[in-house]
Amino acid sequence: MQINTKNMTIDNSNTLSYRGAFSLIIKRDLTIAFRHRDDILNPLIFFIIIVTLFPLGIGPEASTLSRIAPGIIWVAALLSTLLSLDRLFKSDHNDGSLEQMLLSPHPVFILVLAKIVAHWLVTGLPLIFIAPLLAVLLHLNENSYGALMLTLLLGTPVLSLLGAIGVALTVGIKKGGVLLSLLILPLYIPVLIFATSAIDTAAMNLPYSGQLAIIAALFFGSLTLAPFAVSAALKVSTN
Amino acid sequence: MSTSHLSSPLLCANELTCIREDRILFEALDVKINAGDIVQVEGPNGAGKTSLLRILAGLSQPYEGEVVFNKQPISNNRELFHQNLLYLGHLAGVKGEMTAQENLSFNLALHGLNTSAENSDDINKVAEDTLEQVNLLGFEDALASHLSAGQHRRIALARLWQSTAPIWILDEPFTAIDKLGVKKLEQLFLHHVEQGGCVILTTHQDLSLAKEKVKKITLEYRFF
Repeated sequence: MQINTKNMTIDNSNTLSYRGAFSLIIKRDLTIAFRHRDDILNPLIFFIIIVTLFPLGIGPEASTLSRIAPGIIWVAALLSTLLSLDRLFKSDHNDGSLEQMLLSPHPVFILVLAKIVAHWLVTGLPLIFIAPLLAVLLHLNENSYGALMLTLLLGTPVLSLLGAIGVALTVGIKKGGVLLSLLILPLYIPVLIFATSAIDTAAMNLPYSGQLAIIAALFFGSLTLAPFAVSAALKVSTN
Repeated sequence: MSTSHLSSPLLCANELTCIREDRILFEALDVKINAGDIVQVEGPNGAGKTSLLRILAGLSQPYEGEVVFNKQPISNNRELFHQNLLYLGHLAGVKGEMTAQENLSFNLALHGLNTSAENSDDINKVAEDTLEQVNLLGFEDALASHLSAGQHRRIALARLWQSTAPIWILDEPFTAIDKLGVKKLEQLFLHHVEQGGCVILTTHQDLSLAKEKVKKITLEYRFF
């Protein structure tokens, strides 16, 4: 395709592949996160503090704690994800790099997906590593550890993916914090219900593959659809 | 414009209307930009200069009208249009957590540097050379958050030196740039249009370029 002049031609040859663009954004976001360690540490410390406060408030009886442990861990995971979400697009929006991404010759959903993956790597993944230690603190039933890890592994990406939609919608609003929680927390409820149910079922030594399958369905559903919703929302927000 | 162009305009806008906060900024505005044009958008604050540039870049949607590139509305061939566009807005798009060189390398890679520099080492080398062009030599490894506003701007503008995109849309490119830097940029614009590109910019400074070289679009402040 070529419409004009000496050496300026309209061409579509010289851009990165999709995979190149994807890894470019991940690398950049991870670099920024590691240089700005608050982004990683704040949600993680928040998660640890919420979970450790419960035994102090409720009392150390093992039976009570092990009964409510799945709920505590998952609610803490939801809240700490919510805390970290704001940074997903906010700083890029404030310094103009979001505009530049929207104007790049790559499909926006690839870039968005890369940002969400990077977000999950720095906020979701550490939760999965720390959760079993906190579960010990809460006397989680020993049959439940596998279920806890699996639900977190499948569930925390869903939190990042769905959360990204809310952030993209509110990124242009100066004080969108409360609105974000109102938008996003209801969407997190299915994950919470099925994850805690899976962990409870595992404690009773019953198969929990049904609940796990539903969380997996939520994961794949949001993995394929959320990036499109996010790109549409970002276009509205930057309009 | 005097430059000889037989082909269709690089970018044109038909019947653009933009409404912000219940105020019509401009109505039924036609813009035609040919290869070889330097177009300065003028007008008082709040007249809609930035809105016009954002609509031309495809960042905002006009209330009515369309922007046409390569004979198609830009919403139909977004990726091709963005490959041929370089837009710099009010905000520099520079990350404080990254060094000058990392910022530039990222920007170059994201917007598709020429294929000769495929791997990241090459891009880093190009970025280093380009930073020299904008007098940031010695600051390659300084975190951008430690640099001044003008230096931020220079990191963003450095992309222009490596750009193969014919359409440049620049919103206040001279903000925080010193006189010598402005001169250098103007020379770059001239070079760019000689090669068949076009530059659309807003600025409140007088361009020192010859008057006949610069086309003007004047927006008036409208009260209704």
